[in-house]
Amino acid sequence: MTQPQTPKPASEAAPTPGEAPPADQPQPPPEPPAPKADPKETHVVQEWKHDSPLICCRFDPQGRYVLASAEDSSVQRWHLESGAKTPMVGHESWVRGITFCDGGNTAVTAGSEGRLIWWPVEAEQPQPARTVEAHKGWIRCIATSPDGNVIASAGNDRTVRLWNAADGAPVGELTGHECDIYSVLYHPGGELLLSGDLKGHIKVWELSTGNALDEFDATKLHSYNKGQQVDFGGVRTMALSADTAQLAAGGLFNASNPLGAVHDPIVLRFERESKKLLQSHIAEGLKGIAWRVIFHVDGPLIGVSGGSSGGFLLFWNADEEKEFHRFKLPNLARDMDLHPDGLRLATAHYDQQLRISSMTPKAAG
Amino acid sequence: MKCTYACGTAEHLLARRRFLGQMAAGASAVVGGLSVLARPSAAAHLAQNQKRVLVVNMAGGLSQLESWDPKPGTKTGGPFRAIPTSVTGLHIGELLPHTAQQMHHLAVARGVNTSEDDHGKGHFMIFTGRRQTPGADYPKIGAVCARALEGKSEGMPGHIQISSGGGGGRSNDAAYLGPRYAAVVLGNGNPPQNSVRPDEITSEADAERNDFRRHVNDRFTSKRRTAQTDVYASSYEQAIELMRRGEVFDVSKEPEADHERYGKYDFGRHCLLARRLLEHEATFVQVTHSNYDTHNENFNFHLEQLGEFDRAFAALVGDLADRGMLDSTLIVVLSEFGRTPRINQNYGRDHWSRAWSVVLGGAGLQRGAVLGKTNDEGTKVVDGQVDHANLFHTYLRAVGLDSTETFEVAGRPVPMADPASHPIEELLA
Repeated sequence: MTQPQTPKPASEAAPTPGEAPPADQPQPPPEPPAPKADPKETHVVQEWKHDSPLICCRFDPQGRYVLASAEDSSVQRWHLESGAKTPMVGHESWVRGITFCDGGNTAVTAGSEGRLIWWPVEAEQPQPARTVEAHKGWIRCIATSPDGNVIASAGNDRTVRLWNAADGAPVGELTGHECDIYSVLYHPGGELLLSGDLKGHIKVWELSTGNALDEFDATKLHSYNKGQQVDFGGVRTMALSADTAQLAAGGLFNASNPLGAVHDPIVLRFERESKKLLQSHIAEGLKGIAWRVIFHVDGPLIGVSGGSSGGFLLFWNADEEKEFHRFKLPNLARDMDLHPDGLRLATAHYDQQLRISSMTPKAAG
Repeated sequence: MKCTYACGTAEHLLARRRFLGQMAAGASAVVGGLSVLARPSAAAHLAQNQKRVLVVNMAGGLSQLESWDPKPGTKTGGPFRAIPTSVTGLHIGELLPHTAQQMHHLAVARGVNTSEDDHGKGHFMIFTGRRQTPGADYPKIGAVCARALEGKSEGMPGHIQISSGGGGGRSNDAAYLGPRYAAVVLGNGNPPQNSVRPDEITSEADAERNDFRRHVNDRFTSKRRTAQTDVYASSYEQAIELMRRGEVFDVSKEPEADHERYGKYDFGRHCLLARRLLEHEATFVQVTHSNYDTHNENFNFHLEQLGEFDRAFAALVGDLADRGMLDSTLIVVLSEFGRTPRINQNYGRDHWSRAWSVVLGGAGLQRGAVLGKTNDEGTKVVDGQVDHANLFHTYLRAVGLDSTETFEVAGRPVPMADPASHPIEELLA
């Protein structure tokens, strides 16, 4: 999944005040305090429907649009203010990754046919600006480097490939995984990239050398079911805390019946430096997968789970195994993203709806 | 249904090969025989060109949309694309690139409608060609073939199943044909259970034990002979042959390069073992690949499972062709049903028996043929609809049997296949 866009603190998102007037002049009324995210106030504020179940979703870094992929192989762009929906058609298969570059003016989407497509985000009717045959088989995940210059993609060919964001030229590849790669994540410093695979191996790559420096053990996210003879699980999502001191890796465990969707969501929280497992966050009583996790700048770890229990937004504190709050979504969710304002969450749903939830109190009346 | 003999003639003690010979010589009075083989010409033909059958059971219900009948770009198509094959105009799912190059040896029935979404019932139907009804039992295709195509290979069980898991032993799937034709199960491809003589028993002691057993058996059966006592006695003789020919079941004897080609995983090893058994004149070999019951994450699991299937199965089909065995070997790839065109909330597909596919190949078939068509979203058959009974007749016809003939059981004729049905002529050569 795409590297999470680290949200700005709500206080920074407020307009920068101008120069203060001289003390002997009348003072203007103080700016109202910027709203602060309160997970316990989470509620759905908007629902937009497509005509095919949705798969993944991302806000653009400027916070104008949300893009969501669907089982009809399209990507849909919703304008947040107007709700206008615009199709972005170009993939021949399902899109499992969306990221942005060029300051948010360009989107790059990753298809299960193995192609990357560059799109002008703001165009009235976005058409593919560039198509790259990037991988053999599915691309499962994509991320943009912190400086916006490189796109990393990975998938079933077990290779992380690096692309020049400006022209789509290949600039590197990282090999060493022995099974499908499910997630990639840049370290904010830009020198390291993390990739997680089906069997729960998270490799830390040094981009200057292409060497795998280290590995996190997230094998709890994988199981082999002898009766059904299937491998199951995977590092479905990763996120780094704002101070980069902690890594979260999400997926599933307790897979007693993989083929029958009997498994529980889980997020593993590691100390990044020591790679020590600090916490296994669960959601007691829920069946499903932790499809995505994001560290909110204020501290909570936000996750979205979807499965036979339905869809839930989950909020964990660092020192607690269980979530301090869960919000039941109206339908099974498959992905989630956090708006740059740090207040709104987008969720992609099986019932074809894109939902926007707000972590603020409901408006009066 | 009890398998009993109406007479006590000595013919019943004949070895399997002699039994077929006797039948070919016109011993049609032998109860329990197969009347179609009572014709000398038919038996002679079989003796010259022994037919074999390979069945690959995609346990749990293979998705036709991810395999033989892809619908890319449709509401139900899922994320996979279709790829061209060695047959012009025929496309199959992209998860089968190696098999795609062998499709000129195979044929696809895309209009299968069995109208039964229960695992157990669907399994019964596709393996027996009949709908399950209370009080009735029918032999599976393996038992029917073992009985009707009795081989020339002394000591080889006629009906062998290579299971995907452990275990082993003997199946109970021959119904009125009796346990002689029930499957010998090679659990996870291992040799038949207890087929190695314990070290503490010398060969001389073993021979003496068996001589004594035969002596006692003979004395007992001279007065109280039944089908059960015959099977009891013959199972010992078959076990002795199995022990003597133990290497036939040892797939490690196959060249390392072939292990590499088939894939060094269970299903690859099982397919290589199937080739070895067929080359050693096993009549019927069934290989099971598990598991396709993908209510959850259908696409991930089909990626995983069909990746294994494709490489090994394509290697096996290619080898049978290269070795000149396809003319005498029927290949069938089946499941208990297909999977729903509708994709559920867990990216899964559920049970769907109204429009799915079975692949056949090799002996007696129109290779490269495609019969039947489903609608654009794969929800129903719009042309060339067939069912389990049609397929069962077709398997038998493909290996040279008259599927309208009967077994004689307890003096009564029992149809080999559902008498209300018929073979799929369009698929037969």
